[in-house]
Amino acid sequence: MFENLTLHELQIYWWSIISLLGGLFVFIMFVQGGQTLLNQLSGNETEKTMLVNSLGRKWELGFTTLVLFGGALFAAFPLFYATSFGGAYWVWLAILFTFIIQAVSYEYRTKAGNVFGARTYETFLAINGYLGTFLLGAAISTFFSGAEFRLDDNNFVYWMSSTRGLEALAVWQNYLLPFAMIFLVRIIGGMYFLNNIDHEPIRDRARAMIKRNILYFLPFFLAFVGWVLFKDGFAYDPVSKAVTLVPMKHLGTFIELPWIGAMFLLGVVMILVAVFNSVFKAKNCCIFTVGIGTVLTVMALLLNVGLNGTSYYPSVYDLQHSLTIENSSGSHYTLAAMSYASLMVPFVLAYIAYVWHAMDRVKITEEEITSSGEHHY
Amino acid sequence: MEPMASELVDWSRAQFALTALYHFLFVPLTLGLSFIVAIMETIYVKTGDEKWKKITRFWMTLFAINFAIGVATGLIMEFEFGTNWSNYSWFVGDIFGAPLAVEGILAFFMESTFFAVMFFGWNKVSKGFHLLSTWLVAVGSNLSAFWILVANGWMQYPVGMVFNPDTVRNEMASFWDVALSPVAVAKFLHTIGSGYVIGALFVIGVSAWLILKGRDVIEAKRSMVVGASFGLLVSIFLAVSGDESAYQVAQHQPVKLAAMEGLYKGEERAGIVAWGVLNPDKQIGDDRPEFLGDVTIPYALSFLGYHDVDAFVPGLDDLVYGNPDHNVESAASKMIKGKIAVEALSDYKEAKKAGDEAAMAAANAKLQQYMGYFGYGYLEKPTDIVPPIAITFYSFHVMVGLGMWFIVLFLVVLYLLMANDITRFRKVLWVALFSLPLGYVAAEAGWIVAEVGRQPWAIQDLLPVGIAATQIEAGNVQLSFWLFALLFTGLLIAEIKIMLRQIAQGIHGGH
Repeated sequence: MFENLTLHELQIYWWSIISLLGGLFVFIMFVQGGQTLLNQLSGNETEKTMLVNSLGRKWELGFTTLVLFGGALFAAFPLFYATSFGGAYWVWLAILFTFIIQAVSYEYRTKAGNVFGARTYETFLAINGYLGTFLLGAAISTFFSGAEFRLDDNNFVYWMSSTRGLEALAVWQNYLLPFAMIFLVRIIGGMYFLNNIDHEPIRDRARAMIKRNILYFLPFFLAFVGWVLFKDGFAYDPVSKAVTLVPMKHLGTFIELPWIGAMFLLGVVMILVAVFNSVFKAKNCCIFTVGIGTVLTVMALLLNVGLNGTSYYPSVYDLQHSLTIENSSGSHYTLAAMSYASLMVPFVLAYIAYVWHAMDRVKITEEEITSSGEHHY
Repeated sequence: MEPMASELVDWSRAQFALTALYHFLFVPLTLGLSFIVAIMETIYVKTGDEKWKKITRFWMTLFAINFAIGVATGLIMEFEFGTNWSNYSWFVGDIFGAPLAVEGILAFFMESTFFAVMFFGWNKVSKGFHLLSTWLVAVGSNLSAFWILVANGWMQYPVGMVFNPDTVRNEMASFWDVALSPVAVAKFLHTIGSGYVIGALFVIGVSAWLILKGRDVIEAKRSMVVGASFGLLVSIFLAVSGDESAYQVAQHQPVKLAAMEGLYKGEERAGIVAWGVLNPDKQIGDDRPEFLGDVTIPYALSFLGYHDVDAFVPGLDDLVYGNPDHNVESAASKMIKGKIAVEALSDYKEAKKAGDEAAMAAANAKLQQYMGYFGYGYLEKPTDIVPPIAITFYSFHVMVGLGMWFIVLFLVVLYLLMANDITRFRKVLWVALFSLPLGYVAAEAGWIVAEVGRQPWAIQDLLPVGIAATQIEAGNVQLSFWLFALLFTGLLIAEIKIMLRQIAQGIHGGH
């Protein structure tokens, strides 16, 4: 089946999967958003523990999505994996550090003998929530702004900046997406709490928080979208493969491939509808609307930057070294073989959804968190 | 391709070694304890005995403490191929990335999704679904081990690929050759075996302590029965899979085998050194004795390595300088062929630039002919093929010696549990307790044999570590090394203290 597709079709298929995973990952980063809200949404230690336990049942999904995202990039676009991870060394290591400290914090926070005390683990969660999200946003932003690298004739990477990725922070536009993401994941985190915790004081605070954060989110998000749509994009010629700067390339892609543009608009609308329903209609079910909206929005942005003859990881040091889905992918054989494995993805999503449903049928309550018969974080 | 500064390569290796060794402090317990917990919960579901539920939940709590830090230390392992071995990631990413991605799709989600049910679902889902979840966590953990060990097995014995001179990388030609390579399968079985043994040692060690302290004696004894029965089975399995693993090393990595045994001069009917002290002054090719003292089991190495007591086992001298009588090619000869391959690649690129298709075809034909020696083209001298001998030799012997000890220990403990009253044998209980850390020593020693013994190769015969690393100032890696050392050490201390406190609360304590 997959072996009959052309290499380019497989590259598009795999870029679509990467985009889907990227979208799912940003959605599941409601865990990171929630981690930034532990103090703000709780009035006492029990409420804080309710918040931690609510997130604690989902954090591993995000972690696993991150791991799969890395593995899929390694297998499908190994030149990106080699270039970006090896090149932007400090950005990626900093991101990983924030996730390493997240992984232990849920389990260790309230355990006797945890050496550093509960506050330290809560700080770890906050660092992961703010800094992890910020740096991931900055890393994704370089898909649009470019990075400073060159490749030799073996396709080995030479990073041209000694700050190894941190130089991206010297470009002011690279701050727009990170801040937009921080506010977005806080909003989604709030909606997750609304849905998962049956406790009015927390719900009231969450609604108020969402109301404020949408006002912070929108300026950053609109500025980011405006920058992306109207900036010069890094386009490549389908025949010569030469990379050139093309005015408003990303806007052009949304118009030339209207299904991606429609996906983007639908996603944004769903996010706004979810916010409206949560805040003004006091609904608690909007995590799914905002979730699908986020997946669609992020997926559309990633599809935009990778498809339609666009370089998704431009080299501003030398445009001709920029990465495209064509020059950075795995071989036809590997992409086809991996495509069979990808058929498992719907099955995996189905059992995740089933378990989510089975576990969240009973909402978290104060009684459950204060009872001694349950495993608690 | 120019070899990188040795300082950078050494720091990159040190960082990978550090993070891998830390990660493998936690993985084996996850692999083994997950099954033991699943067995315990099965007994609970079958019997309905609440004591078994208590027992299950006690070990499950310890499992969770260990699992969290295993996940934390595992994250970096996947990304480190990119951050610190980016040339490697390109050169073999087309093959190596696939098992990692499949691991993510098939194993990690299963593990993490059902982990949540296992810990928070006691009162939320049915007994049967909960039990299924516990088993799925065990299956997921072990599946994940399979795929990562497929990747590691491929580094030891690269198969199922062709070199593409246009992209300058190896490309997969057969997924099944990669996934079912005999080295990968042997490595998988031996590694999960080590995890099962550690799980069993953990259960009997902790149970022994509880009995010694007179805490929850009935539950501790029940746990011990499960631990010791499981342990006896899996420690024998570990020995058998270890034999197969060594056979694969003999077939595909003879230099590693020679280093493991401190064998310099090859011989027929070679024996295994049961105990020995290496002569520190010994050099390759000289006539000094290999050992200051040793006890050897005759014929055993020939049999282990080639399943033939008369077989010739090449030593390091033969492998470095060649032994025409036994058809052992010298490293110098391989280096000449490697340089031909490297030059052919360069010629191919020149011909491609010039648009000379005939020259391209000729260069490619030569390249493919000598591709099996490609990595040798980057070595400076023949002795570069030899890994650090002392570390490899001692690690191997510590691992094997401890493996034998564990079989005896499980046998004795199980016998005393079944045929006698183990609570009266306090010395045996203390021995069981103090054997707990030895499982970790054996497992780490095993990895040192596998990975230090693989040097100088990142990919056996194809890519030396000096070419494989990320081109970066060594100071960056030095700094990240210390950051990892600090962070992981801090987390390890916290993990051990939490674990000890939890154990001290006993089986009837809190969760």
